[in-house]
Amino acid sequence: MVSEEDEMIRKRQRERARIMALLLAAFVVLLFFITIAKTGINW
Amino acid sequence: MTNPAALPADWRDILALTKPRVMSLVVFSGLCGLLAAPELPPFALGFTAILCIALGAGACGALNQWYEADIDAKMRRTANRPLPAGRMDRQSALHFGVGLAFFSVLLMGLATNWLAATLLAASILFYVLIYTVWLKPRTAQNIVIGGAAGAFPPLIGWVAATGHVAALPLLLFAIIFLWTPPHFWALSLFVRSDYAAAGIPMLPVVAGIQHTRRQIVLYSAPMAAAAVAPWPLGLAGAIYGVSAAILSFVFLVLAARVAGNGATEPAQMEPEKHLFAYSVFYLFALLTVLVADRWLPW
Repeated sequence: MVSEEDEMIRKRQRERARIMALLLAAFVVLLFFITIAKTGINW
Repeated sequence: MTNPAALPADWRDILALTKPRVMSLVVFSGLCGLLAAPELPPFALGFTAILCIALGAGACGALNQWYEADIDAKMRRTANRPLPAGRMDRQSALHFGVGLAFFSVLLMGLATNWLAATLLAASILFYVLIYTVWLKPRTAQNIVIGGAAGAFPPLIGWVAATGHVAALPLLLFAIIFLWTPPHFWALSLFVRSDYAAAGIPMLPVVAGIQHTRRQIVLYSAPMAAAAVAPWPLGLAGAIYGVSAAILSFVFLVLAARVAGNGATEPAQMEPEKHLFAYSVFYLFALLTVLVADRWLPW
């Protein structure tokens, strides 16, 4: 039996995990472009 | 009944900790500092520099709210923030703020240069330790000295782009430094009772309303001079110079109206409210014209 509070905690955790995943993915993309810019590679 | 503080914080409350509205002005002034520079970095590095300035400002907001949670609870304007409202625990706010501060400074150093990172670290430390912890609860001059923290972003933006300090970003620093007291004192005049209730020694609370009104004019005059200065010094063109002169003239007129207002009730403080609203527009407009003057083929 899952209480209302447990359900609320899970919901918040899921939301935060989703946002953290998006932020980490964006950070990886940003690091890629920083590396390209720092190494001076022309496309 | 669920205790909100026992729950993991909602992401909206974490975002609110960063004071997004304050951040928007910081980001804008940092961007203008970067765009006013004589050379521009590659897009990815410029974007990262502005992102780091935004994250640094967010860290300042979070650490400010962590330290001032008790004071915020006493003021109507701030009582619904995540910490005083009990939607988040203080330790999470502290960890978030410190983590964000370190991350922003490290990323700035690795992506642009370490002088920009050092200035970013200095601005965060100045805002949190000098302004929030030391000056704000102790002296009516809190806004005057603390204004330096908000004056850093254009300087950081410029240094991130060029790697060195120059006269124009120092003037931008001076403009925002001198702009901060009239801007905050106009606000503190019509929310004086809030500051008094929270025990914060803002100038209208400590020195009185009329004294504050005179001080607003006293700071507006050198601010206007600093705003126009880049033109005669050859650091900006005539378009900027004329625009800065007009914008500053209107600022001085509004400040003079504040000085001439004898009202003591917030409901009758229209000149103060007008000056506060105009001061935000003034800074946006001044920096926009500076960048436009630099880049548009007039």
